[in-house]
Amino acid sequence: MRVVLAEDLALLREGLVSLLETHGFEIAAAVDNGPGLLKALLDHRPDVAVVDVRLPPSFTDEGLQAALEARRRVPGLPVLVLSQYVEQLYARELLADGTGGVGYLLKDRVFDSAQFVDAVRRVAAGGTAMDPEVISRLVARGVRDRPLGRLTPRELEVLELMAQGRSNAAIAQQLVVTERAVTKHTANIFAKLDLAVTGDDNRRVLAVLAYLDR
Amino acid sequence: MTEMANETVWQARLRTPGRGLLLTLIGLSAMLAGLFFITVVSTIGGFLGVLFFPRATRFLRSRVDRYRRVIGRWTGVEIERPYLPEPEAEPGLPGRFKSFVALISDPATWRDYLWVSVDPFVLAFTAALPIYMILYGIWGFLLAAFAGGLIADHGGNEWYTFVHVDAGYAHSPLRLAGTLVVATAFIAGAFLSGPPLMAVYIRWARHLLGPTERSRLALRVRHLTETRSDAVDASAAELRRIERDLHDGAQARLVAMGMSLGAIEHLLDRDPEKARLLLAQTRESSTKALHELRDLVRGIHPPVLADRGLGDAIKALSLDHPLRPEVTVELAGRPEPPVESAVYFAVSEILTNAAKHADASHVWVDLRHERGMLRVTVTDNGRGGATLDGGTGLRGLERRIGTFDGVLALSSPVGGPTIVTLELPCALSSPKISPS
Repeated sequence: MRVVLAEDLALLREGLVSLLETHGFEIAAAVDNGPGLLKALLDHRPDVAVVDVRLPPSFTDEGLQAALEARRRVPGLPVLVLSQYVEQLYARELLADGTGGVGYLLKDRVFDSAQFVDAVRRVAAGGTAMDPEVISRLVARGVRDRPLGRLTPRELEVLELMAQGRSNAAIAQQLVVTERAVTKHTANIFAKLDLAVTGDDNRRVLAVLAYLDR
Repeated sequence: MTEMANETVWQARLRTPGRGLLLTLIGLSAMLAGLFFITVVSTIGGFLGVLFFPRATRFLRSRVDRYRRVIGRWTGVEIERPYLPEPEAEPGLPGRFKSFVALISDPATWRDYLWVSVDPFVLAFTAALPIYMILYGIWGFLLAAFAGGLIADHGGNEWYTFVHVDAGYAHSPLRLAGTLVVATAFIAGAFLSGPPLMAVYIRWARHLLGPTERSRLALRVRHLTETRSDAVDASAAELRRIERDLHDGAQARLVAMGMSLGAIEHLLDRDPEKARLLLAQTRESSTKALHELRDLVRGIHPPVLADRGLGDAIKALSLDHPLRPEVTVELAGRPEPPVESAVYFAVSEILTNAAKHADASHVWVDLRHERGMLRVTVTDNGRGGATLDGGTGLRGLERRIGTFDGVLALSSPVGGPTIVTLELPCALSSPKISPS
């Protein structure tokens, strides 16, 4: 699996390169600035891009802008954005085109390499990986409204994990329950929130995110 | 005439004579104050005047302020008070003497006196002229109706402009008609000439009652001194808070992590299982340290504000807000970074208030830049009754934006809605071309 990586701090860039290589990814390019990132994304057309939000030369959200621009030109290009901060605004912008294949994680999620690599793979496969912090804030705000307030605490937990982009199997593992139990919970959630049930994991995540982000 | 605010030409014409009358009445009490003032001045040679001078001056000022107030109300443009800042009140004779010196050396004191002594004449020939003309017109009607006959019957003799009122007046249709025409002309002329005459009067008033260059500067210096000390205090407090947060938070965690790593080094050979446990804890610690640093940085300078500027930063703020405020932004560029930051935190605080105290279900934020002013309006449909003091922190906010010559206005009737408006003078830099 070929990866384009953008991170301006050399130390972190090296760390990410070695982490991804250990897990069998091939680094097509590792760049350290916004314009370079856009060029690398368009030249290499990688299976997935791992991008730091803040990049030189402007040290603003240059990485995000380059990623969004690349996705405009190459629809569905999988991009996982890493940042020191998560902002709902940026999460929305990444999700706006509704095609999936996006991720938005805090940088410290890299500490747990297994989960991080899982997130990269998920995004590469067209799935979604949203940081738990983005989701928990969305849910916290939504609980004031009636439909979300009707969910049981366990269902809320499942909803959060689902919105992060996890599969039923991953959710079951995390909550230490059977996959069948998770399936039951998700069915309940979809019924309570009045969402159309879909077998497709990816579309399910996008539906939940759209619901939370109303 | 153009100075009248929010009035049609006809409204101005109809209202001006009444205003002239009001000014005449204000003038009477001002004249008395002037009389008192000059009497006190004449006793300065004896010590008594020194004692009474400050009181007489303040009394005179309070009378003259009435002119500033009514003219401000009519035109919509305040006449600023021109007085130099008084020294702080001190008890006893030295304090009295100090305030005597300050007041007697303030040119505005003498300009006030000049005003009360000269204004009656100026007023009579400008703003008050229409009311005299109207009275004269009414007199004409009275003459024609019965007073002319009465005068003639008693052997009197009178001229109404060119119309001779004497025996036979009451029976001369020509003279009666002449009287009516002239009287009507006077009254019509009064209403028509009112606004331009008032404009002349207002120009004179602004000239003598408004601030001089010197007092303007002195007031400005005082304002700057106050706001500067506020700004310095605020930033010192901010630095203290950051220091404390770092000391108790990230710094402490790093120390703990260092110690854990030392322990892990020891345990590595003897007890790898325990070492692994400690490692997991240490990683947890580093995550927490990062988390705390993140929160700290957010409080110093929010990332979206740095990345995208005020508009998007406030939109981001609203996305995290439980009430999801509706945000409208009309900015053609970015204000200076310090202004951006001050406004951002101000809006953040106002929104927090709306969520905490107002019991609102909807909040609207409107952000625009017009005629060199950045204006932010935050409206909520809550229960209202908010005050600047009393736990809302609005007073502190007002001081902080005061540093940028900004002002805060609060409208919060009981029952709502609450509207907080911030206005800061600032220029916008041209929008940055987004890199792509």
